[in-house]
Amino acid sequence: MGRQSGYNMFFRKKENLFLILLALLIIFIPLTVKNKYYFTVMNVVGLNTIVVVGLNLLIGFAGQISLGHAAFYGMGAYLSAILTSTYHFPPWPAMVVAMLATGVVAYFVGYPSLKLRGHYLVMATLGFGIIVNIFMVELDSVTGGPSGFPGIPNLSIGKLIFDNDFKNFYLIWAFAFFSILVSLNLVSSRVGRALKAIHGSEVAANTLGVDTDKYKTKIFVLSAIFASLSGSLYAHYLTFISPRSFDFYYSIQVVTMVIVGGMGSIWGAFFGAGLLTVLSEILHVAEKYNIIVYGAILTLVLVSLPEGVIVGLYNFYRRRKIKALIEEE
Amino acid sequence: MELHQQIFQYIISGLTLGAIYAVIALGFNIIHNATGIVNFVQAEFVTLGGMLMYTFYSFLKVPLPLSLLFSTAAVTFLGALIERGPIRMAKSKAIIVLVFITIGISSTLRGTALLVWGPDNMPIPSFSGEKVIRIFGAAILPQHLWIFGITIGIVIFLQYFFHRTLTGKAMRAVSVNRRAASLAGINVNWMILLSFAMSGGLGALGGIIIAPISTTSYDTGVMLSLKGFAAAILGGYGNSTGAIVGGLILGVLESLGAGLISSKFKNAFAFLILLLVLFFKPSGLLGRGEAERV
Repeated sequence: MGRQSGYNMFFRKKENLFLILLALLIIFIPLTVKNKYYFTVMNVVGLNTIVVVGLNLLIGFAGQISLGHAAFYGMGAYLSAILTSTYHFPPWPAMVVAMLATGVVAYFVGYPSLKLRGHYLVMATLGFGIIVNIFMVELDSVTGGPSGFPGIPNLSIGKLIFDNDFKNFYLIWAFAFFSILVSLNLVSSRVGRALKAIHGSEVAANTLGVDTDKYKTKIFVLSAIFASLSGSLYAHYLTFISPRSFDFYYSIQVVTMVIVGGMGSIWGAFFGAGLLTVLSEILHVAEKYNIIVYGAILTLVLVSLPEGVIVGLYNFYRRRKIKALIEEE
Repeated sequence: MELHQQIFQYIISGLTLGAIYAVIALGFNIIHNATGIVNFVQAEFVTLGGMLMYTFYSFLKVPLPLSLLFSTAAVTFLGALIERGPIRMAKSKAIIVLVFITIGISSTLRGTALLVWGPDNMPIPSFSGEKVIRIFGAAILPQHLWIFGITIGIVIFLQYFFHRTLTGKAMRAVSVNRRAASLAGINVNWMILLSFAMSGGLGALGGIIIAPISTTSYDTGVMLSLKGFAAAILGGYGNSTGAIVGGLILGVLESLGAGLISSKFKNAFAFLILLLVLFFKPSGLLGRGEAERV
């Protein structure tokens, strides 16, 4: 933990600076970018950031892995789509309903498996994710089946309709900023300290009076709600969804983003989402090689920098600096 | 066909599928017992077994026994290579890191398979003709008999290996307590290498024997191995009798579910069973429920 906390202190001081920097970037980037394609990529980065920041809380702080976050992301998207298009719900309340419903489902998936020691959540979420994806494909009368669900309305506030990439950029990134903010606050709160204790040693945390099952379940539900929120935004942004966006590979993709960014580092999660989304867009040109390169990067990073790219490089830099200091003396 | 005949037919095809799940589940167990990780490359072991078999047997027209041997040996070697390379070189030995390394390798291999063989389903001829054998009105293909035969052979071999040979016993010792095994003079790294190699061989065999029934493609292994994983959990993760029982039960339930309830949700049954087991009896049917050491 020593290395980790040194790193955390480094960022804690600069946290506010980073937040201001991010806010400025969000405000000014759209004014300089003209290319529509770049906007699409940046918006996808924003959507992934929301999912990855939430998932990072689960993996990095509660030490639990989910291989089913595509399902929660998909539930957000499909519930929003079905409620607004089929049942003519207004979009914002539909989004809240989707988040609540996803949270409840996540509770029922998470609670029984988090009561147990070991990596039962991986298995439960894996199975759950595949079942949900099969339902998206097979319940075609409700979901549109494999060909997808078209004609989802855009979100709007009063007369402002979020109907292009530019407007959606601000919408999506406002939520992404908000999710980073919530996570940072959560991590430095009582809950965050409890989670870190669980990650350090669950037994020790338990003996110190931390109700570990409760915290792990809560954080799992929260991360599912983040994913659901992002899914709803995705559905209203693209106005079309299909089951392929919410399959097992998406679950793996977001976990990869958490790991490449660095488990337990919220800024790392943001970085991981950005790096890998852009990378997979670049590789999209050579679609055949996409999955190979993606896999190779994941393998390489984990073999050589298991703390994640940002944290790994930072530690590397710090060790060199310390070494230099020692040699000076 | 009458209902009881239909049901009998479903059970036969379910047992066939189940035998494959059992073989794959055994592969998962061997690596789990040696290292504590879930090895996602299992999917590619299965795929590559089938695809190499296609290359040797259907494409290059190598005789059946040699094709079987070459394909299995190649994937066994690949298994060893994966352990010797990324798994052993990994800086962190944390379970979560190792699991995701296997996911990374799995994607890389799947992408490579797509590049080499393309996205189409490849047919493989049955090992000994298509002449249907009728038992109580149910149709059994010669390939079904091959599957049962090879599965039984594998089970007998593993039973012998783990209980009668020194190496097998050493592998079991490593799974009980790695440090104690190492203190007793067992080369733990070698045993882990062996577990990856064996797991590769088992996965490949599973992929090879099912291929003539279901054809093979660059991603056939994914669903098969996820169900093999579900079978391992159902039986009790790490328990080899459990893997076989779990595999067969899962295969039969899936086949009955698809035949009698809905074929659309065929793939969902296995995972629904997985969830139910995790929620109500997480140690599995035959698992003893391990106590967590602190």
